[in-house]
Amino acid sequence: MKNDLFEPDVIAGDEIALDSEQRIKVLSPSLLVAKRFFRNRLAIAGLVIISAMFLFSFVGGWVSPYGEDQVFMGYDVMSKDYAGVTVNKEYRYVEKQEGAMPSLLRANFILALNSGKTQFESNGLVYDIVGEGEEFYTVKQNGRELALVSKKIFDAKSAGTVFTYEFRYLAEKAMQPGADTQFEYRGKTFSVEADEGSTSIYTVDGAQKSLYAIVSDFIVNPVSDDVFLSLEFKAAIQNAVNNKKDTFVFTDAKGRQQEYTILRKDFQFFVKKQTSTRLIQIYEGPGKKHLLGTDANGMDLMTRLMYGGRISLIIGFIVILLENTIGVILGGLSGYFGKWLDNLLMRLVDIFNCIPHLPLLIIIGAVMDSMHVNPKTRIYYLMFILGFLYWPGTARMVRGQILSLREREFMTATEAAGLTVSRRIFKHLVPNVIPQLIVLATMGLGDIILMESTLSFLGLGVKFPYASWGNIISAVSNVYVMTNYWFVWIPAGMLILLTVLGFNFIGDGLRDAFDPKMKR
Amino acid sequence: MRNYIIKRLLLNIVILFFVALVIYTILRLIPTSYIENLAREKASLPGGKSYKEWLEQLNVLYGMNIGIFRGFIQWLGSAVRGNFGDSWYYNVPVTQKFATVIWNSFFLALVALFLEVFIAIPLGILAARKQYSKTDYAVTVFALIGISLPTFYIATLLKLVFSIKLGWLDLYGTVGRFYDQLSPAGQFLDMAKHYILPVITLTIVSVGSLMRYSRTNMLEVLNSDFIRTARAKGLPERKVINKHAFRNTLIPIVTIVGGMLPGLFGGAMITETLFQIEGIGYTSYRAMVSGDIPFSMFYMIFIAFLTLVGTLIADILYAVVDPRVRVS
Repeated sequence: MKNDLFEPDVIAGDEIALDSEQRIKVLSPSLLVAKRFFRNRLAIAGLVIISAMFLFSFVGGWVSPYGEDQVFMGYDVMSKDYAGVTVNKEYRYVEKQEGAMPSLLRANFILALNSGKTQFESNGLVYDIVGEGEEFYTVKQNGRELALVSKKIFDAKSAGTVFTYEFRYLAEKAMQPGADTQFEYRGKTFSVEADEGSTSIYTVDGAQKSLYAIVSDFIVNPVSDDVFLSLEFKAAIQNAVNNKKDTFVFTDAKGRQQEYTILRKDFQFFVKKQTSTRLIQIYEGPGKKHLLGTDANGMDLMTRLMYGGRISLIIGFIVILLENTIGVILGGLSGYFGKWLDNLLMRLVDIFNCIPHLPLLIIIGAVMDSMHVNPKTRIYYLMFILGFLYWPGTARMVRGQILSLREREFMTATEAAGLTVSRRIFKHLVPNVIPQLIVLATMGLGDIILMESTLSFLGLGVKFPYASWGNIISAVSNVYVMTNYWFVWIPAGMLILLTVLGFNFIGDGLRDAFDPKMKR
Repeated sequence: MRNYIIKRLLLNIVILFFVALVIYTILRLIPTSYIENLAREKASLPGGKSYKEWLEQLNVLYGMNIGIFRGFIQWLGSAVRGNFGDSWYYNVPVTQKFATVIWNSFFLALVALFLEVFIAIPLGILAARKQYSKTDYAVTVFALIGISLPTFYIATLLKLVFSIKLGWLDLYGTVGRFYDQLSPAGQFLDMAKHYILPVITLTIVSVGSLMRYSRTNMLEVLNSDFIRTARAKGLPERKVINKHAFRNTLIPIVTIVGGMLPGLFGGAMITETLFQIEGIGYTSYRAMVSGDIPFSMFYMIFIAFLTLVGTLIADILYAVVDPRVRVS
């Protein structure tokens, strides 16, 4: 220390007096404090850590290309149900007029058919069953045709085609073995060609044939309503099912090839398609796009950490400000005026000191949970409650300092000089308490950040969508996340540790620096 | 001395009264989610009464229909007779539940305190003896890291390393799966094994402050005149440290450790909750989160009581251990 204070060059000149200004480098008390502070390596480390945290949280959130609660989506190929195929085992009815064959009639028809009758009675009327072919009947009453009954399923080529009773009748007649394969309907010629398992119906226009419909035992339905399955596709499915294939490739009208897999379950077949699906990217590992990966909601963790730091630091500073304002005013009043006021305020401090902080905060947090308090309002409440709980420590310290300072000569001097009370307190007493206050506040910042993160970890502090280091770590309540996704919680904990450690280092360094007895 | 203690005791009773009043008022002012949830549950059962009717009936049943001040007097009246009501969440008298879980907390805290004292004091003294050396820096940094570590973080890290990666210890609970089939000695060992991680967690997060406290005190003692005298008269350094300095540095340490003793019953809420140890901390955490007023009230008064007793013990010990201190 000597070399700093005395400059050897000047000592050489012997006319200079001992206390000459040229000879002695004068340092103000605050400069001395700063000098002592900067000589403490831990304090410097703390300063660096805290500056880095501020940069990270406040500038980082602004630099980061992503938002605090931006959800990242990605595409992934997934096997999804596309269509269902069922083998038809039941008779289906095509009515000549709507409502011509109600369900009671249908039931009676089935009963009669199963017992081999060609007539049945219902509601006093007699109905005839006319066998038109294999598993193909018409129901008549008094010679009047009511409906056509068959097991065949007709699939049209174009959407919106309706198969009328007459068309079905003519088509199915033409499909019977040995029958004429051509028929006329409403001035158009149709021809029927049987394949294995299914039958195709073509419209014939001179020499040209074009596919009109397919008749089979399969019911093919798309899973979602907005998809119309083309006849070619249905034919491809039927072909694959008939040939007992597990997969088939279908080229659609636009020429795109797509592989489908078929899953068989009794008489049902599920056609699955490899579709690219939009998914939330959860727990994506660290990479170029997301430096620390993404969390359970598909949000960028690095950005969440930045915003979380912002909230933790802001909460810390506001609570400290609140706590110190209350503490300095009450402690100052108590220490300066003494007597009954001191007694009253100190008992108040005793009472507040006894109220357990964590349990009270947990209860209030749980109540806010059950009241569904808005997450933003919650943060304000949290700051207010923390400030209100932490003031007694400051008040007690300020009071103790002022009690001892009050008795010093300089205070007697201010009284003799006739200064007003407020001037004496705030100009002469409080500035002398400020060093201790700063030390206490710096250490207190760490405590508040710890308390806030503990509450957020328990889910009772800062809540989603707001990020906080504590609530980022709370993902570990899921053991799978804890084990497999270290990048979700380890960095957040490190940031809490570093920040609190930084504040403690600075506080420690400041305490040593402010202490005139320290010999360094 | 006796008058001083009596005076302090009376003062503490007054403080405790007001603390109870403040806590009771806070608990009554905030809505009791427990009763509302219960009423909602009961109202949704078929053939039941409406939510409003249930709420009214339950409020009467749980004694929440009377004014805050009358309610407090009633609570106080039964509390001084040792009756703290029935826990809503556990459905047993509060004191009965307390008696079944308190010893788990106590043993956890006791072992942690032993470790703490045996690590913190020697290291603190060592750091003070070699002030500003590498050892001193290392101890200071270690102590500050301990203070700065969030309990939940260190607990999770320990779980990850020892339970998952190494697979040596269980993640949760106080007993293993085959506890009932073990011999008494085996049962004890099994239980002890489950307490390893909680004890380490608790020790790491609380060892720092005691370490720093003993370092600061030792520094103060080493800078005092009688140590300079001891050195000046040519005593060997070992004797200076072990006889003159150590004994004097013990005075404040004994005081502060004495003041920590009542806290052993307070429960380590976060640690117990994370390791699911049925101690007072975990038990009251669950009660508080579900809005169980009698249990919360009891626990908070209990903690306030322990704080007061701790301060009192520290103050009395200070006078007892150090004959220079005279009670005024």
